[in-house]
Amino acid sequence: MKQKLVVIGAGMASGRVLEHLLDADPQAYDITLFNGEARGNYNRIMLSPVLSGDKTYADIVTHDDDWYAANGITCRFGEHVVAIDRAAKKVTGKNGTVSYDKLLIATGSAPFIIPVQGKDLPGVITYRDLDDTNAMIAAAAKGGKAVVIGGGLLGLEAAAGLAERGMDVTVLHLMGHLMERQLDESAGFLLRRDLEKKGVKVICRASTAAILGETHVEAVLLEDKTVLGADLVVMAVGIRPETRLANDAGLTVARGIEVNAQLQTSDPDIYAVGECVEFNNYLFGLVAPLYDQAKVVANSLLGQKDAFVVKELATKLKVTGCDLFSAGDFAEGEGREDIVFRDPARGVYRRLVIEDDALIGAVMYGDTSDSNWFFGLIKDKTEISEMRETLIFGPAYQGGTPLDPLAAVAALPRDAEICGCNGVCKGTIVDAINAGATDLGAVRAVTKASGSCGTCTGLVEQVLAVTLGDDFVLPTSQPMCKCTDMTHEDVRRMIKSQELKSMPAVRQACNWTTPDGCHSCRPALNFYLLADWPLEYADDPQSRFINERKHANIQKDGTFSVVPRMWGGITTPAELRAIADAAEKYMVPTVKVTGGQRIDLLGVKGEDLPSIWADLNAAGMVSGHAYSKGLRTVKTCVGTDHCRFGTQDSTGLGIKLEKTLWGSWTPHKLKLGVSGCPRNCAEATCKDIGIVCVDSGYQISIGGAAGMDVRETELLIQVPTEEEAIAVIKAVTQLYRENAKYLDRIYKWMAKVGLDWITAQVSDLETRTALVDRFELSQSIYRTDPWADHIAKNAETYQPLADLTLEAAE
Amino acid sequence: MSDWIDIAALDDIALRGARVVKTALGCVAVFRTATDEVFAIDNTCPHKKGPLSEGIVHGNSVTCPLHNWVISLETGLVQGPDVGAVATFPTRVENGRILLDATTLRARAAA
Repeated sequence: MKQKLVVIGAGMASGRVLEHLLDADPQAYDITLFNGEARGNYNRIMLSPVLSGDKTYADIVTHDDDWYAANGITCRFGEHVVAIDRAAKKVTGKNGTVSYDKLLIATGSAPFIIPVQGKDLPGVITYRDLDDTNAMIAAAAKGGKAVVIGGGLLGLEAAAGLAERGMDVTVLHLMGHLMERQLDESAGFLLRRDLEKKGVKVICRASTAAILGETHVEAVLLEDKTVLGADLVVMAVGIRPETRLANDAGLTVARGIEVNAQLQTSDPDIYAVGECVEFNNYLFGLVAPLYDQAKVVANSLLGQKDAFVVKELATKLKVTGCDLFSAGDFAEGEGREDIVFRDPARGVYRRLVIEDDALIGAVMYGDTSDSNWFFGLIKDKTEISEMRETLIFGPAYQGGTPLDPLAAVAALPRDAEICGCNGVCKGTIVDAINAGATDLGAVRAVTKASGSCGTCTGLVEQVLAVTLGDDFVLPTSQPMCKCTDMTHEDVRRMIKSQELKSMPAVRQACNWTTPDGCHSCRPALNFYLLADWPLEYADDPQSRFINERKHANIQKDGTFSVVPRMWGGITTPAELRAIADAAEKYMVPTVKVTGGQRIDLLGVKGEDLPSIWADLNAAGMVSGHAYSKGLRTVKTCVGTDHCRFGTQDSTGLGIKLEKTLWGSWTPHKLKLGVSGCPRNCAEATCKDIGIVCVDSGYQISIGGAAGMDVRETELLIQVPTEEEAIAVIKAVTQLYRENAKYLDRIYKWMAKVGLDWITAQVSDLETRTALVDRFELSQSIYRTDPWADHIAKNAETYQPLADLTLEAAE
Repeated sequence: MSDWIDIAALDDIALRGARVVKTALGCVAVFRTATDEVFAIDNTCPHKKGPLSEGIVHGNSVTCPLHNWVISLETGLVQGPDVGAVATFPTRVENGRILLDATTLRARAAA
């Protein structure tokens, strides 16, 4: 004898259960199907095309009256179920009671209504079923304004459909970007741009305060007091499982009706399927898992063993002209790497998230043609290390002959973006190459491509290779030196990202071909390590050029020059007397005033250095670092002390700056100037960092030079107080130390990263403070006088190891 | 015939460092490499007389501080595109002491 099956709800899940059940064993059950809507199963996913007018209801019906009749299903459509009596195994509808052997609850979900004033006004609707859709179509026929609350999948489809039907539509979204659960910010931006092209206005971070109107909705009020006129309000902020019947029947309900892997509820004769269930803490809103559940329910009802497992989900938006796809997990995290491809002109964005050599997430926008292939990689946890270089280009570039990234690059259109930081597309680079920029450095100089973060360096090289053909030999990126193939930028990135804190560690990680480097890479590595790990890394004098090792400038005859510091160019009779005494005592052949407002003693013998330093130390003077890739001088004018034009105490500021910055190591020499007024007597605007005082504060400009290149500084920022000026200068010095290539002065570094970026960093207070903190941390070690240190610790190394003049003369 | 003179302790020279030994006819640079090998060569670069003992020591080579000529500590030959040579002198390390051969040093003085 046939058992009795009662099904509550005719949605996509239960429709699929019935199909499987009748396919497998049409004689197993007498079936009664309740549905609150006055119709049977139809494809709810296709409501959006119905709304936009692309399809009609007839197109999306999945099971028609003939089908129910042919399969002997008793249909009770338009009849809400009011109660389940589990003890008596009876279900009561509005029109009467029916008994069951097995019951299937498929009540789906209910739209979430935000609890604001006015939510019940006529004209406020949700978007779940055909009635809602028809209501929207009817409202749209009258034209006017629509406000859609919720920028998720459903809300956007509703908004696009209403716009298609001629309404003036605004989408309100609580979060910072659209579809934040499925899309990252970049893809969210592209989506927003495309929707706006369709005439849909989007307001993000919009919190609805109330819906206004007397007898019908008239407007929506936001928390920020914005009022948006509205003839129709669509609530699409989310859904929650419809569990009221199950609750009343005493079944175990958490957020949804709890089921086991057989979709059985806490009552073994009652099953549940679809959006109303909760399994292992998961809720379900997309159709793929519902279909999986349907198969399991059908098998369970027939006594077959089967179990439901949660699989990766992919999302596609059904809005014409907005192709997007997202799948898996695309949050940033430790151990996760991104591969990003952007082509803004075509509106294409692809982002792949990789963890442990497998693809775990993908976001695609604009061109989703390869989405299934990527989704397959995610589901199958395919090992992708072999095809990693060309992965982002999709399946067309995989397999077969050895992978050739060049073919993929060659296939890119001219407007494909290569450098995201500077927005440089392939065509610009190709044009630059054809115009004579035939190596990476030249391309970088002309187009700025790969000049900022540098991650696209490889791509730029490939464009060079594709464009120049055989004339080009990879890698053209200038390696740091002959000891490694890696560039300065690569090595710096490695030091930071791999936390390399010693030279052997760097040489190991970056495949050095020499045991201990060379005169070119060693000073650079010493600087990078010291700049990035001031506490952990100990300065290596043997990796420094002689000037920095002996804290004096070597001259062409092997003697040295000695320059004591004169803070801000200010000295005293006592200091001058000590300098004069020292010059006589050590028979210094030349005494010269320098351009940096101090005095140079030239021609001091190497073995005399500790003694002359000791004499100068005794008079209160310290090393002027005239030899270092570090702070040299802060040149000043007399400012307000004596000058009738001075606007601020430029001398005082210069002294403070020099006392703050001295001892710091930088990629190249660092010279400052402070002028007390725009007459600029301290020539501040050709220094690495120049400060020009004005009545309203301090103009800080950077990137000047007066050497092989002569350059005027460019304004970084103007600040009102001296305190802020000092903080900004410390911050920009630290930023320069942390990011620049060794031996790039500020103007060269600035050309690579852009002044705008530097300004943005030091303008942001939080970033500025962090930079200042890191600067001070490093200075806690290096703001000392190396002369005093050497006198105390290794004065004897300045002397000959032995004197064999007598021995040899025998 | 060799006549070894005890010059100094090995530790008196920094790893990858150098010091000079004064002789009547100019300085000899004594180098200590990363692997504790000791070499002695004429302190004067054949290019522009730069003091080689002030250079950066890498592998078994030193780079002159004035114009970056690279000189082999083993052979005294200038490396790479540049051409030239400096005199080399035999050295020994025994019980942590550096020994130079006085005979060759004297021969140099006489030359």
